[in-house]
Amino acid sequence: MIEFYMDTHSGVPPYLQIIQQVRRALKLGLLFEGDQLPTVKEVVGQLAINPNTVSKAYRELEHEGIVIARTGVGTFVAKSLDNSSLATLAPLRHDLQRWMVSAREAGLDDESIEALIRECFRSSSGTVSA
Amino acid sequence: MSAVIKTEGLTKRYHRNVALSDCTLEIPEGHVVGLVGPNGSGKSTLLNLAVGLLRPSEGSIEVFGERPAAGPDQLRRVGFVAQDTPTYSGLSVHDHLRFGEHTNPRWDASLAQRRVEQLGLDLRRRAGRLSGGQRAQLALTVAIAKRPDLLVLDEPVASLDPLARREFLQILMETVAEHSVSVILSSHLVADVERVCDYLVILASSKVQLSGEVEDLLSTHHRLIGPRDPVSDLSNTQVVIESRHTDRQSTLLVRSDGPIVDPQWIVEAATLEDIVLAYMGQGKRSPLDSDVA
Repeated sequence: MIEFYMDTHSGVPPYLQIIQQVRRALKLGLLFEGDQLPTVKEVVGQLAINPNTVSKAYRELEHEGIVIARTGVGTFVAKSLDNSSLATLAPLRHDLQRWMVSAREAGLDDESIEALIRECFRSSSGTVSA
Repeated sequence: MSAVIKTEGLTKRYHRNVALSDCTLEIPEGHVVGLVGPNGSGKSTLLNLAVGLLRPSEGSIEVFGERPAAGPDQLRRVGFVAQDTPTYSGLSVHDHLRFGEHTNPRWDASLAQRRVEQLGLDLRRRAGRLSGGQRAQLALTVAIAKRPDLLVLDEPVASLDPLARREFLQILMETVAEHSVSVILSSHLVADVERVCDYLVILASSKVQLSGEVEDLLSTHHRLIGPRDPVSDLSNTQVVIESRHTDRQSTLLVRSDGPIVDPQWIVEAATLEDIVLAYMGQGKRSPLDSDVA
């Protein structure tokens, strides 16, 4: 079972934060097919957020085919990311960590590193997915 | 979808002072409504009118299609926690629950019991000896256990510390998830409203400045930053709610149903706090001097 958190200063709408956290947990291999997501009541009881926010996030995830809702039972993960994509994560992470070390050695602080990543992300996004 | 609260030209005067003026609202069922506004803007007056503790001076208010407190059925459907979450300081927690049971036909004794246990309240303890947070929770428990269709809460968390506030809102949201009750609550804390409310009503200067679903409000309000240029360049479907100028730069809060593509402006999403502050400010100024030039 995963637990959600809310970043109230991010400017990202709460329902989107839940969607992103589910997707991230899938990508990081923390959630697998058949796993149950916390119930709406559990989430709102923990985070003190509007129940409609959680329902909306779950509906959207269901629409994307990531989860499946079984009436009266709960919401379950419908598919996990296949193993090949999980296997590619490790070397990528390793590369990134190495890069991080050289960035610090070059004297970059956190803010500069983040800005650089963001900039590269922006300039390269679309080249693959478009 | 039927309306929980519907008002038309609702006005309340205390002697010569106007507390609420020509307020027309229609709030659909199934929402957690945040009522925000500066002190003295008429929030408590509106809530007291909704529960029938006050009568309108002019205009009308209906709750579930009936006059508030019109009869036993209407009283049964509405739960109210007044400002400062009052309890009877001489009565024990247990007495409060018994009192609730005797005066409410739909009383859910097992729910009340569960809540009290969950909160770890001592049944024998007098309400006067509970902490502020516990008293607020007791008042909420009584209001919830009556199983109303509408819960009206007047500044329920204003006097609570952050932890007690979070616990109060957790229980409130659990209740909404479990019993699909509509809620209207007044608050000064935009961060709390943003978390728990999906519908917003902004009162300022005794008038409704804005009301609607939070999601719609967020998608139709934008923060525009650009050179100090005549604002008249904006199309007439775009309404400037607030504008600030330096000698070179203008910052606007604009309402617009469509996207704003004018390249001279940097367009950012407005936050709920931006929107609340802008509309509160609008209520303060007279329409004439709200800088549109």
